[in-house]
Amino acid sequence: MNEAILSARNVRKTYRSAIGGAEALRGVSMDVYEGESLAIVGRSGSGKSTLMHLLALLDEPTDGTILLDHRDSWELRRSRLNRARNKTFGFVFQQFLLSPDQTVLENVMLPLKIAGLAPKVRRERALSTLEQLEMAHKASSRATDLSGGQKQRVAIARAIVGNPRILFADEPTGNLDDTTGGIVEDLLFTLNREQGIALVIVTHDDKLAARCDRTLHLRDGRIVTDTVSAA
Amino acid sequence: MKARDLVGTAVGSTFRARARTLLTVLAIFVGAFTLTLTNGAGTGINRFIDSTVSALGSDQVMTVVKRADADVAAEPDGPPVYDPDAATPVVPGPPQRTVVMTQADIDVLDDIDGVEEAAPVRTLGVEFIQYDGGTRYATPATTLLPGQTQEYVAGGAPQDTGANRLTIPLDYVEPLGFTDAEEAIDATVTLGLTDGTGAEQTVQGTIVGVTEETLAGPVAGVTVNEPLADTVYDLQQVGLPEGEVDRWSLATVQYDPQISPEDLTALQDRLVDAGYEGSTVEDQIGAFTSVIDTIVLVLNGFAGIALIAAGLGIVNTLLMSVQERTREIGLMQAMGMGRGRVFTLFSLEAAFLGLLGSALGAVVAIAFGTWASAALSDSLFSDLPGFTLVAFAPGTVLAVVALIVVVAFLAGTLPALRAARKDPVEALRHE
Repeated sequence: MNEAILSARNVRKTYRSAIGGAEALRGVSMDVYEGESLAIVGRSGSGKSTLMHLLALLDEPTDGTILLDHRDSWELRRSRLNRARNKTFGFVFQQFLLSPDQTVLENVMLPLKIAGLAPKVRRERALSTLEQLEMAHKASSRATDLSGGQKQRVAIARAIVGNPRILFADEPTGNLDDTTGGIVEDLLFTLNREQGIALVIVTHDDKLAARCDRTLHLRDGRIVTDTVSAA
Repeated sequence: MKARDLVGTAVGSTFRARARTLLTVLAIFVGAFTLTLTNGAGTGINRFIDSTVSALGSDQVMTVVKRADADVAAEPDGPPVYDPDAATPVVPGPPQRTVVMTQADIDVLDDIDGVEEAAPVRTLGVEFIQYDGGTRYATPATTLLPGQTQEYVAGGAPQDTGANRLTIPLDYVEPLGFTDAEEAIDATVTLGLTDGTGAEQTVQGTIVGVTEETLAGPVAGVTVNEPLADTVYDLQQVGLPEGEVDRWSLATVQYDPQISPEDLTALQDRLVDAGYEGSTVEDQIGAFTSVIDTIVLVLNGFAGIALIAAGLGIVNTLLMSVQERTREIGLMQAMGMGRGRVFTLFSLEAAFLGLLGSALGAVVAIAFGTWASAALSDSLFSDLPGFTLVAFAPGTVLAVVALIVVVAFLAGTLPALRAARKDPVEALRHE
């Protein structure tokens, strides 16, 4: 088995609200391995999004630890944490989250801009990534002028432009019809296979989950099953 | 994110919500416009006062009178004893009883520490000016003090060497029979006076310049050079009784132009100790400048209030912007943009709004001020030659722009802090 990139050890997360504490995660331990595709499934409120946010180091667990390359993420200083997010992770969201009034190219270049790369390098890399996803002809279109499937492709381009090791996808096909959703899925698994980018897909679509190497089932903040696909 | 990209992104974001940016910029514009204009008025008026001051005298000359109470006890009680030698000299300011001075007094002044040169102010008895046998016009005559300047419509200052030369005021040009100021240059005119015996005497002089009227120049009349003044002075003393020759009520002392205010005060104290009273031009006109400065300060206060309102506008605009772009901020944080960078991004946006508004305000204020003062100089202020109501010093204008950018930056800190403190998870969930 491959090396674990991310590990959760007995992670708990409690959200404080007006009614009192709401426990989203009640002791979760799991690993994300290099190059695998992992589906996190469960009903809404099962804690699957919370787990993804914690794994992506966007949030801190109330208890337990998240390890990045076997190192406690608590020890990472803010600047290292930001660099880890920028270099290690890519994000694809259900709502695409593209800046509507910017061009496709500008959207894709954003992570590279945050990384502090020179404008010329940013352009070249973003264009070659768009080419790879067959979106190069739309490079100078505004993000609003694209169809849903095209928007998600641009979002994927933005997620992988920095060569991340893990791609987090939060309901990546949730806003797409079956056909375009299928195309986006194919694209994600192709990236996983050909470039070895680990996929962490949060979804409640069982068919999508079934295509992953491994499926984590969450219910009420606990892992119920951890199944490795037969294929 | 590199600094250049931060600036570029901030500028780009500013132009995304155009209507909102425009309105905010307009609010800043009003503040900047007012500040630039009031400061311009301050600069213009003070410049005029400065040029008037140098027409009154210079910063290296003090006028000196002999104190009437010089021989009396330092703190006299009751009314002063009548002194038949006392005279009231013609100096700006409250009248002061003084005693006439002789060469002995000049020598005493010359010996005082700090005095570079002392000289009597000779009252020239010129009574009229006449050109080519025409009408005689009454005029006094004066000489320029060292360092004193005048504004010339034509020609220049009379040189203190060589032939008898003089300048005449602009409003004497036509009555004397010249068509314009240029024509008067090089013309020979006659000055008339009465000598000590009561007989009329005349002197010839060449016009070398035509002076502009100023608010507080030397006494309106002809200004003569030293040789001409000597001639006139010698003529008016002809036939005077011995006791009235070489008697002056005023003298001037020159001192180092680089003198410090403390040393100047010390010099004035030494003059008082020697029985004289010295007053500088600043003594006479300083109060005037401070009144103008106060007015400008009050006007700036109003502009400052406008600026505070504009600052609140920036806070409001950016708070809305932060609220609208919550998800974008979350996304940028998820992509590894640190809180410091997020803060900088929004602060820069605020500073850019400030720069846009203030630069626009300054440019329009300069254009408007230049146009307005040109128009006013021809109408309302046509009696004040050389006066421009609004003048712009580059330093002051830049300072105003810089001040507004700083105010905008400060106004932006609150929204920027709010943006930087956003929790990426919350921000990404935001609908």
